[in-house]
Amino acid sequence: MDTYSWMRELADSWVLLAMFVFFLGVVVWAFRPGSRKDHEESANLIFRNEKTPAGEGLEEAKQ
Amino acid sequence: MWDYVKIVLFGLIALLAAIAANYARDLAYMVHALIIFAVAAGMFIWAVRTTWEEKPAPAVNAEGYMDGVVRYGVVATAFWGVVGFLVGTFIAFQLAFPQLNFHLLGDGIGNFGRLRPLHTSAVIFAFGGNALIATSFYIVQRTSAARLWGGNLAWFVFWGYNLFIVLAATGYLLGATQSKEYAEPEWYVDLWLTLVWVAYLFVFLGTIMTRKEKHIYVANWFFLSFIVTVALLHVVNNLSIPVSIFGSKSVQVFAGVQDAMTQWWYGHNAVGFFLTAGFLGMMYYFVPKQAERPVYSYKLSIIHFWALIFLYIWAGPHHLNYTALPDWASTLGMVFSIVLWMPSWGGMINGLMTLSGAWDKLRTDPIIRMMIVSIGFYGMSTFEGPMMSIRAVNSLSHYTDWTIGHVHSGALGWNGMITFGALYFLVPRLWNRAKLYSLPAVNWHFWLATIGIVLYASSMWVTGIMEGLMWREVDANGFLVNAFADTVSAKFPMYVVRALGGVLYLAGALIMAWNLWMTVRKGEARMPAPAAAVAAE
Ligand code: HEM
Ligand code: HEM
Repeated sequence: MDTYSWMRELADSWVLLAMFVFFLGVVVWAFRPGSRKDHEESANLIFRNEKTPAGEGLEEAKQ
Repeated sequence: MWDYVKIVLFGLIALLAAIAANYARDLAYMVHALIIFAVAAGMFIWAVRTTWEEKPAPAVNAEGYMDGVVRYGVVATAFWGVVGFLVGTFIAFQLAFPQLNFHLLGDGIGNFGRLRPLHTSAVIFAFGGNALIATSFYIVQRTSAARLWGGNLAWFVFWGYNLFIVLAATGYLLGATQSKEYAEPEWYVDLWLTLVWVAYLFVFLGTIMTRKEKHIYVANWFFLSFIVTVALLHVVNNLSIPVSIFGSKSVQVFAGVQDAMTQWWYGHNAVGFFLTAGFLGMMYYFVPKQAERPVYSYKLSIIHFWALIFLYIWAGPHHLNYTALPDWASTLGMVFSIVLWMPSWGGMINGLMTLSGAWDKLRTDPIIRMMIVSIGFYGMSTFEGPMMSIRAVNSLSHYTDWTIGHVHSGALGWNGMITFGALYFLVPRLWNRAKLYSLPAVNWHFWLATIGIVLYASSMWVTGIMEGLMWREVDANGFLVNAFADTVSAKFPMYVVRALGGVLYLAGALIMAWNLWMTVRKGEARMPAPAAAVAAE
């Protein structure tokens, strides 16, 4: 089999499957139990450290 | 030590550029060599004069954020925006009134063919690119709680990128192009951009890696995917061999349908990662900040991100329906384009719903209104796009002004409006002003821009569908009814409407430039100036 056909077949079988499984993994990971706290923290981190790297907010958030 | 290396380096570059200018085989190459010579010689003199001087203790707070480069980026964005819209409006009038293809500039310098790439590069790469670099530098620092990594490397990125733009723009005017849409610059300009882009990647990644926050905020994921993917696209699509190292002409490595597919793999992902992913990074930061509430669903933003980057890469073939491309490839592109509708609207919903519970802000805050309208246009163009990629629809829309309308509802509506919102957000903060100089002016800008977009998009739908139908019309004997020139003359009124839409959009941008300028010059300082922010760079 020439390289082109080999790569094409690989792409639309195993590689496709691998990428799809990876994507499903991401979705499951996003919905894993206990992710809510992490997500809330991430979503709110934009509201601190506006002026300086070690802004007042950082210490509070760490508690 | 570094100072001496710099002197040698600049001197060497200036020397080589002078030699290159001497042996230049075409005008564009010579002009570029002279530009590089002038820049390098200037840097050389500056380096010589400052090396042996006593260095004053840095007035800058080296612990604080590096905002000087962001300020320059904001100015560059506004400047290139106005230039790009001006050229766009001019070429729109050229299409309506061909007499505007002046010959007095000689050798075709002012004609549509050369001004069109000038327009596309000025708006996408100069306006959009500077906006992306500036906002990504601003956001990555705030969300990482860390100063930009790499010291002056960030300045190299800014100036290097803008040098790239100047080289690209002058090249188009003088006729240097490799004829690949959105990748027109010739080989040496491409090499330079590669260097700048790698530096950009280092600055951005370095900042993320030295972050003091535990999480990497979602906006940074989008920016990072934009930087990495554009690097990949740029390198692969520009594989070419120069005819001579003293000339601008080069020959592509790929040929035929492979070349076409590579080009539209590049072209579509330039849309997907430059005009979409990067700008989504802006959305995920500025919309929550301006609304003063966290993004609607952080989970959705994660799924949005991964779905988008997995799907976009495959959608390129929808630009090559009914060509020599194999059917399976074009079907693949079509299917992935249609699936792409879902994550796109997921992102749109996430942006819009961030405002839930604070919808009254739409009435009181013209900046948030701009951002929301921008997200609305994002939703509109990402609905239109999947529809146009269906082969049956594409057979009507392809080669017509419908495509142009689709482009500009995305570009003017989504990219333009979100960038304006970001500029209005950034300028008071970066220059430490209490507020913008004039909110009514923002309102004016909003309405001028919105009406401009509506005129542009609706006139292009009308001409697009009209010319598509005229091209297909056959009489009872199966002969085509219309000559090409018939469609051209039928389109004239709509071309005038589009150009007027451009005038309104440009007028809005000029008002913005004035407003931002006045904010910096006349705006009152933010009252309790915190200690660190005083040490403005
Ligand atoms: C005042 C605003 C603008 C006006 C009047 C305008 C006008 C035009 C015109 C007349 C064309 C050529 C169309 C043709 O060849 O038939 C064009 C092409 C294009 N413009 Fe604009 N433009 C404007 C703003 C923008 C902005 C802000 C962007 C992007 C951020 C943009 C992106 C493009 C692109 C990508 C193309 C090429 C489309 C294609 O090849 O399908 N334009 N524009
Ligand atoms: C789900 C998202 C999208 C899909 C599936 C999509 C699909 C398409 C299709 C089918 C075409 C016409 C190709 C042809 O007939 O030649 C096209 C052209 C174009 N689209 Fe989109 N689009 C999407 C979103 C966007 C957005 C958000 C923007 C801009 C911000 C954009 C910018 C462009 C440009 C610049 C072109 C013209 C390319 C050229 O021929 O020069 N698209 N798109």
